[in-house]
Amino acid sequence: MSSLNKYNLTKSLLFYLPVFFLFLSVLNEIDFNYLEVKYFSLNIAHILIFYWTLKNPRYLNYGSIFLAGLVNDVVVGLPVGISSFCYLLICAVTAYLRNITITPKFINDWISLLFTISLVNSIQIITLDFIFTIEVNYLRYMINSGFTFIFYPIFLFLFNILEKKITIEKND
Amino acid sequence: MASSRDDFVIAIRSAFLKKSYQQKFSLLTYIFLSFVIIILGSLNFKAVQYIKIGINEVVYRSSFIASSPEKYFKDVRIKIEEHFNFYNQYKKNEIELKKLKENKLSNDFLVLENNKLRELINETVQSEDVYAKVLVDKDSPYLKSIILNKGSKDNVKIGMAIVDGIYLVGKIIEVNYTNSRALLLSDLNSKIPVLLEPIDIHAVVSGTGKNHGVIEYTKDEYNQKIDGKEMIVYTSGYGGLFKSGLPVGKIFTDNINKENKVNFFSDFRQLDYVKIVSYDIGSGN
Repeated sequence: MSSLNKYNLTKSLLFYLPVFFLFLSVLNEIDFNYLEVKYFSLNIAHILIFYWTLKNPRYLNYGSIFLAGLVNDVVVGLPVGISSFCYLLICAVTAYLRNITITPKFINDWISLLFTISLVNSIQIITLDFIFTIEVNYLRYMINSGFTFIFYPIFLFLFNILEKKITIEKND
Repeated sequence: MASSRDDFVIAIRSAFLKKSYQQKFSLLTYIFLSFVIIILGSLNFKAVQYIKIGINEVVYRSSFIASSPEKYFKDVRIKIEEHFNFYNQYKKNEIELKKLKENKLSNDFLVLENNKLRELINETVQSEDVYAKVLVDKDSPYLKSIILNKGSKDNVKIGMAIVDGIYLVGKIIEVNYTNSRALLLSDLNSKIPVLLEPIDIHAVVSGTGKNHGVIEYTKDEYNQKIDGKEMIVYTSGYGGLFKSGLPVGKIFTDNINKENKVNFFSDFRQLDYVKIVSYDIGSGN
């Protein structure tokens, strides 16, 4: 009985791991800036949302993504709602991709990520610059998008392992 | 052709409206909701401001806990760096200390003289200090700000100066009940009226989003006036926000593009405790 409870707990924990990672990344604003490598930063939240909503939105539901966006705005100091809007736009692209794709291919997903983050960051810059008149560093956004795109395969590899683990636990 | 367009419309409709798995609301509902929040936020709608303050109270504390591992790595990296530079730094400090001791003697005299002169013209500068702990210091690529553990219940107000020792660090831009956010001098949106000494030129120091600032809104000839001199940047006191004479940084010339930049005195990466100060500058006139 106790082993069964423990098994259920592990299963639940693994299932909620993507949500936990998302909130950890927005609360912590992990972007590796503390490494002090000039111009190096990447947006882990974008990678997380893109991967998990493309794979299966069950692991990362839209409600928690919306909430994570609000939290991110508060932590980073952006006007409330912008990150939620951008995160949900990523979800919209991934939902569309899921609908039109029969056989997923890594290269297609990767290029779609570049398109998605470029779109999302452009919308964010336009909103901040023209609606809220907050000056932003365009170069930093470009670099951030570039590194997010480059590092996607590494996270894809790690998340694939995690996804397999979750699926196995679920099917057992 | 018509069929492919139909497919596209179906895919789009499905993406936005389908409530799959355990989703309570469709994607379109959430997008609409966030859009409404952005619009209400831009119009300074009271309800959104209250929601924001409520979220701030919870999130800042949570962020402080969640970012502790990252902060630990950052501190370790800085400590290792300091150990490697230990001997060189000691030698530099020794020379600097000797110079400072000499300067202190004349400085003490100048402070006394300055106080006497202020008394003569009936000018008083009163300040209220609140010591605050830095909860979160996110070196975000978008915004250079810090979150402090003092808010409106400690009489913190928007516009108050943040100082690290005697050096200016930034100003308060957002106040919640128990915490507040300060914009650092290095942020792109930071603009501080300053005085360049010893050439006595008024200017504005703007943040660059990097660890240095730039001099703006000054006459062209200040470049010629610098001419190899050591230039210190102080607050000018214009605008009445800060008192005059708060040290901001030192001017250095970038060898690559021959541009003058301001190296801030305070290291914004290592702020643990800061002072929130408000100045009441009174005049007898």
